[in-house]
Amino acid sequence: MANKRWPENWQDVTPGCIVSEPGSASQYHTGDWRAQRPIWDNTKCIKCGVCYIFCPEGCIIEKEDGFFEADLDYCKGCGICAHECWPLAIKMVEEG
Amino acid sequence: MGKRKGMEIALAAAEAAALCRPDVIAAYPITPNTHIPEHLSDIVAEGRLDAEFICVESEHSALSACMGASGAGARVFTATSSQGLLYMAEIMAIASSMRLPVVMALGNRALSGPLNIWNDHSDIMSQRDTGWISLFASHGQEVIDMVIQSFRIAEDRDVMLPININLDGFQLTHVVEVMDFPLQEEVDAFLPVYKPYASLHPDHPCSMGTLGLPEIFAEATRAREAAVVNSRKTILKVWDEWEKRFGRRYEPIESYKMKGAEVAVLTMGSMGETAEVAIDALREKGVPVGLLKLKLWRPFPYEDLQKAVKGVKSLIVMDRAVSFGGPGGPVASEIRSALYDDPNRPDLTNYIFGLGGRDVTVEDFITMIDKVRLADKKRPKEHYEFYGVRGE
Repeated sequence: MANKRWPENWQDVTPGCIVSEPGSASQYHTGDWRAQRPIWDNTKCIKCGVCYIFCPEGCIIEKEDGFFEADLDYCKGCGICAHECWPLAIKMVEEG
Repeated sequence: MGKRKGMEIALAAAEAAALCRPDVIAAYPITPNTHIPEHLSDIVAEGRLDAEFICVESEHSALSACMGASGAGARVFTATSSQGLLYMAEIMAIASSMRLPVVMALGNRALSGPLNIWNDHSDIMSQRDTGWISLFASHGQEVIDMVIQSFRIAEDRDVMLPININLDGFQLTHVVEVMDFPLQEEVDAFLPVYKPYASLHPDHPCSMGTLGLPEIFAEATRAREAAVVNSRKTILKVWDEWEKRFGRRYEPIESYKMKGAEVAVLTMGSMGETAEVAIDALREKGVPVGLLKLKLWRPFPYEDLQKAVKGVKSLIVMDRAVSFGGPGGPVASEIRSALYDDPNRPDLTNYIFGLGGRDVTVEDFITMIDKVRLADKKRPKEHYEFYGVRGE
């Protein structure tokens, strides 16, 4: 985790763990949790956007050409996109 | 200074809370604390207090609403009892972990079952380790004073923790007592407008109650423990100021006739008042016995306890709750543990009594004290003894 920023010691924890920097959750790359990644077969993709809608992490991006891809910094590899993709354009493949 | 008035203590608690000008009150009625929020809703309806009274559908919501309002920078108050407190349980620990200064009056009542609406301390004991400051009042004046003090303590930047003020159900909530009510201007001078450390405001965005991964949870918990321990300093400071302003002294453990006492009784809550009468009677007969009234349950006053029991040969700890299968009542096991390292610690006898509204009389205290002081100085066989239970 390149950007992890834990308080050094307990004395440095803010009262009530208040986070005063808006949107700082994006600094935590949940993509580190991933065991599988989604791969799109654009010959089958009909650009319906179901994957984009169902992604619980909000990390699926619509590219300029209308096809989709996952931001792998945040994609946890849950596979919901592949499960929901009815033209069967998304496959989950093992990482590594 | 102040206004002397006879009033039911629950109503007085509401009047005291109103004097503190809370912005938001959220509560759900449950016996025996009901008169507190009921009277506050009257006060708001009459226009005597400019506050939002939220009629929630449960205690879970009551405490949640208080937390949300507190997070937005409001001064908040709630009250509950027994099962209501258990319904708040999920939120109790969150309130303290988020360091939100919620003030709660807790009309102590036995936990079901069998279903019982009367007093003992099993409700608060079940929520002991949630990181709240816990005060115990022994009479109505203390209830009024502690409610007002609590806002000042809870909201202090060195504290920022929720507080519960424990008042025995019925024995205190439903008793009429003559009490001294501070004037509005006196309370205003004592209790400044609440200035939160952080609040939910679009101009200063922040996140409260975030996820704590294993990498931070232990440090966050350690910091919360430090906050509860350190709150002692502020509590003592506020009590000193209270004495200067209002002339009534508060201490974590109040000593009564402890001079030369060889036997000491330790109580929490209203039974301390009854015990005083028993101590008076025994002292008149020349028995060297005194009373310790524990008012600050959390943070636990170790130093005060060690000082208070110096020279005491036999300590009798009264518990109004059971720790099933545990080493005695919750107060006694605490005291035992606190005195473990003291080589001159007194013998300790633990009585569990006054459960579910069972009366506690002066004669009961005298009997219990006599049993201990005349019993050949031998420790009881058991760690604790149920008193006044048929078949014992």
